[in-house]
Amino acid sequence: MNENIIFYPILVQMAFAILLMFLWMRVEWQKWVSIIGSVLNLVVASSLFAIILREGTTSVQAGGWEAPFGISFVADALGVTMVLLTAIVGLAVSIYSGVSVNRARLKFGYFPILHLLLLGLNGAFLTGDIFNLYVWFEIIIISSFVLLTIGGEKAQLEGAVKYFTLNFLASMIFLTAIAVLYGLTGSLNMADLVAKMAAVENRTLVQVNALLFLIGFGIKSALFPLYFWLPASYHTAPSAVAAIFGGLLTKVGVYAIIRMFTLIFEVDSLIQIVLLSTAVLTFFSGAIGSLVQNNIRKIFSYLIICHIGYMIAGVGMMTQVALAGAIFYLIHDIVVKTNLFLMTGLIYKMKGTHSMRKLGDLYAEYPLLSLLFAIPLFSLVGIPPLSGFWPKLSLIEAGFDTESYWIIGAILFSSLLTLYIVVKFWSEVFWKPGEQLPNIKHFRYFRKLKKRHKWRLVAPVVFLSLISLYIGFGAESVMELSNRISDELMDPQHYIEAVLPST
Amino acid sequence: MKTIILRAASNYMLPLLLVFSVFILLRGHYLPGGGFVGGLVAAMAFVLHAFANKLETTKKLFRMHPGFLMPFGLTLALLSGLMPMIIEESSFLTAMWLSEALPAIGAVGTTLFFDIGVYLVVVGVTLTIIFTISESS
Amino acid sequence: MELILALLIGVLYASGIYMMLRRSLVKLIVGIILLGNAVNLLIFLLGRITKGEPPIIPGDSDVFLQAYTDPLPQALILTAIVISFGLQSFAIVLVKRAHKMVKADDLDEMNTTDAES
Repeated sequence: MNENIIFYPILVQMAFAILLMFLWMRVEWQKWVSIIGSVLNLVVASSLFAIILREGTTSVQAGGWEAPFGISFVADALGVTMVLLTAIVGLAVSIYSGVSVNRARLKFGYFPILHLLLLGLNGAFLTGDIFNLYVWFEIIIISSFVLLTIGGEKAQLEGAVKYFTLNFLASMIFLTAIAVLYGLTGSLNMADLVAKMAAVENRTLVQVNALLFLIGFGIKSALFPLYFWLPASYHTAPSAVAAIFGGLLTKVGVYAIIRMFTLIFEVDSLIQIVLLSTAVLTFFSGAIGSLVQNNIRKIFSYLIICHIGYMIAGVGMMTQVALAGAIFYLIHDIVVKTNLFLMTGLIYKMKGTHSMRKLGDLYAEYPLLSLLFAIPLFSLVGIPPLSGFWPKLSLIEAGFDTESYWIIGAILFSSLLTLYIVVKFWSEVFWKPGEQLPNIKHFRYFRKLKKRHKWRLVAPVVFLSLISLYIGFGAESVMELSNRISDELMDPQHYIEAVLPST
Repeated sequence: MKTIILRAASNYMLPLLLVFSVFILLRGHYLPGGGFVGGLVAAMAFVLHAFANKLETTKKLFRMHPGFLMPFGLTLALLSGLMPMIIEESSFLTAMWLSEALPAIGAVGTTLFFDIGVYLVVVGVTLTIIFTISESS
Repeated sequence: MELILALLIGVLYASGIYMMLRRSLVKLIVGIILLGNAVNLLIFLLGRITKGEPPIIPGDSDVFLQAYTDPLPQALILTAIVISFGLQSFAIVLVKRAHKMVKADDLDEMNTTDAES
């Protein structure tokens, strides 16, 4: 096998970002080139996924410099799964953006920057070097800043100031943690760090370092109490942008937390209590924040925060079953959250408002689409056999194993709150007789769109809903995958051997 | 800054500084310098020109928006990384060198082309940023 | 040298965070710049300071004869500087646009996104 295939997802996205930059002025072409690029990326990502699952963890050294001196790129089961999910979400968003994002925004380079964002995500999931991870994170946040501010409305700029400041702070804390890590061990290669970190004598400093990383990634993944930037900014962006942010950006932080705490740091009693209590507080602050909101996009913004808690709880319990649950939840959440934000974009196109109080009657007007929307909504709650149910089962099982009954209680209670929010959302938006909304001039209502444009808005939602259904009904294969990832994470020996063959 | 001395000087300084920036770019592999620094020097040359003259005069020096240097530079960098993958099936970004050094330029390899790519991107990005900031005021 | 740098880094971190906590948008940018420099100096300090020993093996031997300067932290700082250059210029443009839109240099005026809508 040629190890260079690990680079392909990164290279494809980079090539298409460059190609789209050349087509800066030709917005119509960009739409199709972006879709072609995303399809190609999906093909590359799924073949990489298939190959790595068959052959096991593989690594490649950029520039041919031997590990641990050069930068390693490592494809293990977790990394390629995330790359595959990025490709799926990327395809859905790039089809959807062609119609939903308005022309003024497309002219400011929406598509090239979208592909730069996907490039950064692919890189972050495949790198095996901590400083390189920082660089990918910066590529992600710089492109996300531009995507968030593109269009330049007042609310967007205000949201962007908060988003920028806190994400910048997170990056600086991350970089500080890297500096301390390098001072302690003299290495940046993740596989090399496993042994070197265990040999450090000053354990207190290691613990401080772990907490610095946790705070840095905690801001990025919107943990309690570091989440306030998220509901202040996500709802201001166009719905396609909010979809990719809600689906993937916070999850990169979770991915980094999982990597750090399975590979480099051990979850000792202090870190465990920090992780578990943050997880529980994240459940409650997210769910309660969501309860009082009226803007439908803010409701889902708060639900993103709420559901980050499940993954952190999984990492905190740190058993094989708990990690498998966390990974399964990660897979489920990326697809569902993206879908929900695409759905809010569609609802906005149908009615011209985001206010839950004013919305209504959607079921009477669009019965088929409403049934389609029911899939992500009820997958989110995890009504069996839909996709959210299975990971929660694993997490609860892990809670019994580790005898942390308060976590089980918190998981059940937050699921109940999510159910309440979703049912409220369903009855308010779909069943309630809505207010007579004023007709907005020059607004591209869904019913006025051409048929093919309608399809390009609905097709991504159908696509993601089908994947959600597969995760729910084909839970056995996804569970198998999560178990395999979790086994690999619990025993990092394969990872180390793949990067440093001599040991 | 409307002094006639600076304005007269800037017309001569611009080509000189651009040549100097290329010099910095080329010596960058073993000595201090390289694509990033060279690109910054080149961008500063245009900024100096814009200070002495008007921003519009500097903009007229470009046939197209300097932002378009970015995709060209990125393409060059990407291709220089891909070369070793295609030709000798080694890893992405592996350095490949010509066996003989060229006169005046020195050793030529994929790294040099990567650096030229960086140079173009830096000039493009810096000028785009500066033009954006000074335009809206 | 180490002590002076450590003190300087402490002061830079403190003032950077203090500036970021102020309400003024311009002070926010100052804070961002100070914090970025503080982190770069921290990487420099934690990479161990060795003076006047470049990491070059002399021609007549195969190994390093003395303790040498670690080149990696400098490469890391260079990367970090480039990235913070991009972030800072974005911050300046963003703050400028935001200031134009809100017509105030005060973060307390920027609360429409948190209000119920």
